[in-house]
Amino acid sequence: MSEWISVCKDKDLLPGVGLCALHLGEQVALFKSDVTNEIYAVSNYDPIGEANVLSRGIIGSVGDAVVVASPLYKQHYNLQTGQCLEDETVCLKTYATRVQGDSIELALGS
Amino acid sequence: MKKQRVVVVGNGMVGHKFIENLVNHASASDFDIVTFAEESRLAYDRVQMSSYFSGATAADLALTTGEYYQEHGVTVRLNEKVTEINKAEKYVVSESGHKESYDKLILATGSYPFVPPIPGANQPHCLTYRTIDDLEMIESSAGQSKVGVVVGGGLLGLEAANALKCAGLETHVVEFAPRLMAVQLDDGGGKLLRRKIEDLGVQVHTEKNTKQIVAGETCRYRMNFADGSFLETDMIVFSAGIRPQDALAKSSGIALGERGGIVVNDQCQTSDADIYAIGECALWDGKIFGLVAPGYSMAKVAVSQISGGSDEFKGADMSTKLKLLGVDVASIGDAHAVTPGAQCYVYNDGVGQIYKKLVVSADGKKLLGAVLLGDVEAYGNLLQMLLNDMTLPENPEALILPSFDGQAPVGLGVDALPDTAMICSCYEVTKGQIKEAVAAGAVDMGGIKASTSASTGCGGCAALTKQVLDAELTNLGYEVKTDLCEHFAYSRKQLADIVRVKKIKTFAELLASHGKGHGCEICKPTAGSILASFWNDYILKNEHIGLQDTNDIFLGNMQKDGTYSIVPRVVAGEITPEKLIVLGEVAKEFNLYTKITGGQRIDLFGAQLHELPLIWKKLVDAGFETGHAYGKSVRTVKSCVGSTWCRYGVDDSVGLATDIENRYKGLRSPHKLKFAVSGCTRECAEAQCKDVGIIATEKGWSLYVCGNGGMRPRHADLFATELDRETLIKYIDRFLMFYIRTADRLQRTSVWLENLEGGLGYLKDVVINDSLGLGAELEAEMQTTLGNYQCEWKTTLEDATKLSRFKHFINSDEVDDNLSYVMERGQRRPATAEEKASASSTAFKAQRIDVLEVAE
Ligand code: SRM
Ligand SMILES: Cc1cc2nc3c(=O)[nH]c(=O)nc-3n(C[C@H](O)[C@H](O)[C@H](O)COP(=O)(O)OP(=O)(O)OC[C@H]3O[C@@H](n4cnc5c(N)ncnc54)[C@H](O)[C@@H]3O)c2cc1C
Ligand code: SF4
Ligand code: FES
Repeated sequence: MSEWISVCKDKDLLPGVGLCALHLGEQVALFKSDVTNEIYAVSNYDPIGEANVLSRGIIGSVGDAVVVASPLYKQHYNLQTGQCLEDETVCLKTYATRVQGDSIELALGS
Repeated sequence: MKKQRVVVVGNGMVGHKFIENLVNHASASDFDIVTFAEESRLAYDRVQMSSYFSGATAADLALTTGEYYQEHGVTVRLNEKVTEINKAEKYVVSESGHKESYDKLILATGSYPFVPPIPGANQPHCLTYRTIDDLEMIESSAGQSKVGVVVGGGLLGLEAANALKCAGLETHVVEFAPRLMAVQLDDGGGKLLRRKIEDLGVQVHTEKNTKQIVAGETCRYRMNFADGSFLETDMIVFSAGIRPQDALAKSSGIALGERGGIVVNDQCQTSDADIYAIGECALWDGKIFGLVAPGYSMAKVAVSQISGGSDEFKGADMSTKLKLLGVDVASIGDAHAVTPGAQCYVYNDGVGQIYKKLVVSADGKKLLGAVLLGDVEAYGNLLQMLLNDMTLPENPEALILPSFDGQAPVGLGVDALPDTAMICSCYEVTKGQIKEAVAAGAVDMGGIKASTSASTGCGGCAALTKQVLDAELTNLGYEVKTDLCEHFAYSRKQLADIVRVKKIKTFAELLASHGKGHGCEICKPTAGSILASFWNDYILKNEHIGLQDTNDIFLGNMQKDGTYSIVPRVVAGEITPEKLIVLGEVAKEFNLYTKITGGQRIDLFGAQLHELPLIWKKLVDAGFETGHAYGKSVRTVKSCVGSTWCRYGVDDSVGLATDIENRYKGLRSPHKLKFAVSGCTRECAEAQCKDVGIIATEKGWSLYVCGNGGMRPRHADLFATELDRETLIKYIDRFLMFYIRTADRLQRTSVWLENLEGGLGYLKDVVINDSLGLGAELEAEMQTTLGNYQCEWKTTLEDATKLSRFKHFINSDEVDDNLSYVMERGQRRPATAEEKASASSTAFKAQRIDVLEVAE
């Protein structure tokens, strides 16, 4: 994995408040933990609510897992793995992220 | 098998209970049930009847509904008195001539008030107190009277006196015996009760034997007493005892007792094996039971007997605890110490007006009875001791002596009770049953009530039930867990106290000092709401924004497709034509689905993120403010048109509603808050289903609290009457702040009140009498919070960095491509999944006029 694409400025992404970015035609939900400042990227599409809304969910933790809760029906998704905690058959696509200079970048092939 | 026909004569408390038990019985399908009711309404709660005078309506008192009976296939014949029983051919005949045959006949005819044969006692305004019709007559007579007399100083008489006093009459109680409540109280108790009642302004006349009722000089009537004295009054309520309603049984040749009452055996059968008698009309072992609980037991026995069971009636305890005219009174067992050899302990505190007496056996080991007045806390424990024949502790007197600071209260904890101890006599729930319910997962009063019905009848056992519950939770090693979530080991109330007292201003501070982990979608919005309730900061500040649900972040409600709705505040539902036009123009320009809400305002649906600021800019410019439809906060103050236009309006309901909405708008709370103001008792604003409801009367505003529509509707309770504006606002300030401080997360005021220990009485005490000394503090807090009000949309529009969030993509001006709409009744709505799937097919396009691909 060598190629990265910038999606926004690091300062755009407030800790604890998600954003949605367009990445190669896909909607990606970006989050920065308000406790560790770690950055996460998962698909913005809520497969249960059937709408592009996950970037607008609340981020938090369940046990050790850092999660986002869907703003529609409140299912939790593990931001590291994309796994839905309430339904094991549902998993979100995840994206590798990094901060380069003042930008947040997503891996091209992920 | 052919169904058995069961006919129930009398649809009072016990007749209804019988039917309820039977339709819930395993063999319910073997029976056809028909019931005759002499009264014009179905069974209602006679026990709580006096609450009619403090605001309860006939509907509140109802124990059942026509639908319930219909659902269970019960035929009801209202307004039909049964006048004849043909035992040989097994049928009954009603007043209207209707004939109904039976296999089993249940007599539940109750009793009637005894009116002494005094000349003049059957004139107008000489009434009795037994039915709701009686109440209505008393109310109407009181409206035309200044002075009222109750004849009879027993339990019911004192309740009637309370009713007259509530109606604002100069009230007298006339009693034949030398003391009040002669049946339940001894001399000492009776004396103290008299003093207390006289202190309340009710005049008591004992040892008075009324000889005749004649025309009065200063009042409508004059009562002449045997001792030559007299009393003038405008109305009289007779409450001189009850008599079993046994006329029907008598005329049908069913055996009666010497002094009346339908004789029954342990199976509740009368002298005719197919005819049962239950409730106050039944005479068992020479006794009539004038309380509802024994009647309920009989109902259960009769159901068991006719369905092949073997339950028997074994008598009942007649102990009582009640509040009469605000005075707590209790009597247990042998209150008069008539058991041979009985000894007494008496505690008489003339200063504190407390009287307690214990009656114990000759050997001092067993409790026989007790009288409690002014302080009835010991009732539950003492009653259990008596019923379970428990051995008294070493110094029995300690059971009635006051406990001073530092001293452990004496008594037997609920742990000492056997599992068979009857905790709730209304529903016959034992300690063992409550323990089972706890083990099965009922860990709070709500759960216990739902699974066992304990404490859902007269409510007298509530304290004891709670004690058993708590003790059991402790025994099982449960901590009574109220943690908000895995991140905070505190309840919402505790967190609210922490935030308020430690002046914590951010979630980060709160998490670091009192929590763990990252927080979650439960604690973050809760903390956000608490911070807002006390400090009322702009909620989209960087340190608060992550706490908000998406609705609060984007200041609109998210819809199913991810778009948002717009609900501008329409204060009190009053709107100028100009503003109405602006709403219409904006809706048209942005093609928003438009609907009138249930809260008297207008909702515009289907706005995308980037459109929200554009829309709100136009609205704010036209003078609109946010309606907070998205927040756990004050929603609407619904109003009726009131005295300004309505021919019945008593006061300016729109004006008051406007002031109130403007005062409390923006206030954030544990759950949403809804208000309403009606201009008269016709109640067109439906104030009695709101958290705060206000109704205009000739004498001022009446305040109702803790109503709820929604999934579990609850009528609001009457909280205070005859209020001027200033007092009204003061009470609402205190009430709301007390709720905000103490409620649980997402707990509406209705549920909060139901869980508040001490209930409505306690709440009134805190708010009206300032019993906690918090009044000024609560008002000041409200003032600070309200002082920080801002229209969140206005603030947001003025802040470019905040506005940058209002677009779908941070790195593109494109919009969400997953939105598509269908026209319906002239407006667009989100397409369903199927419609979306077939959106590309030509057939679909041909059928639907307009499929809008919203991507512009
Ligand atoms: C728009 C409206 C329906 C309508 O078209 O008329 C409405 C719409 C919603 N109601 Fe309501 N309620 C609306 C009046 C009511 C009323 C009637 C009233 O206020 O007089 C009630 C019953 C009264 C009451 O609350 O006691 C009502 C009881 C509820 C409840 C149940 C509350 C309860 O205590 O049981 C919920 C769910 C909740 O809050 O947990 C709810 C929740 C909702 C939500 C927020 C559900 C959601 O999360 O999406 C709806 C979103 C509105 C939106 O997207 O804009 N809505 N809702 C009404 C807006 C009134 C307003 O002007 O603000
Ligand atoms: C003001 C008041 C306060 C009370 N407070 C308490 C209290 O605190 N605690 C307590 O335990 N008890 C209390 N009681 C007593 C309690 O209400 C009664 O014990 C209970 O109602 C008895 O129920 P029942 O069904 O036997 O009689 P009722 O409830 O009187 O029902 C009998 C019904 O049968 C109807 N009926 C009679 N004859 C016929 C006929 N021939 N055909 C058709 N219908 C007929 C009557 O119209 C009536 O509706 C109170 C009573 C009153 C009036
Ligand atoms: S509640 Fe009374 S004042 Fe208000 S509109 Fe109805 S009738 Fe008129
Ligand atoms: S004793 Fe009446 S409700 Fe329990």
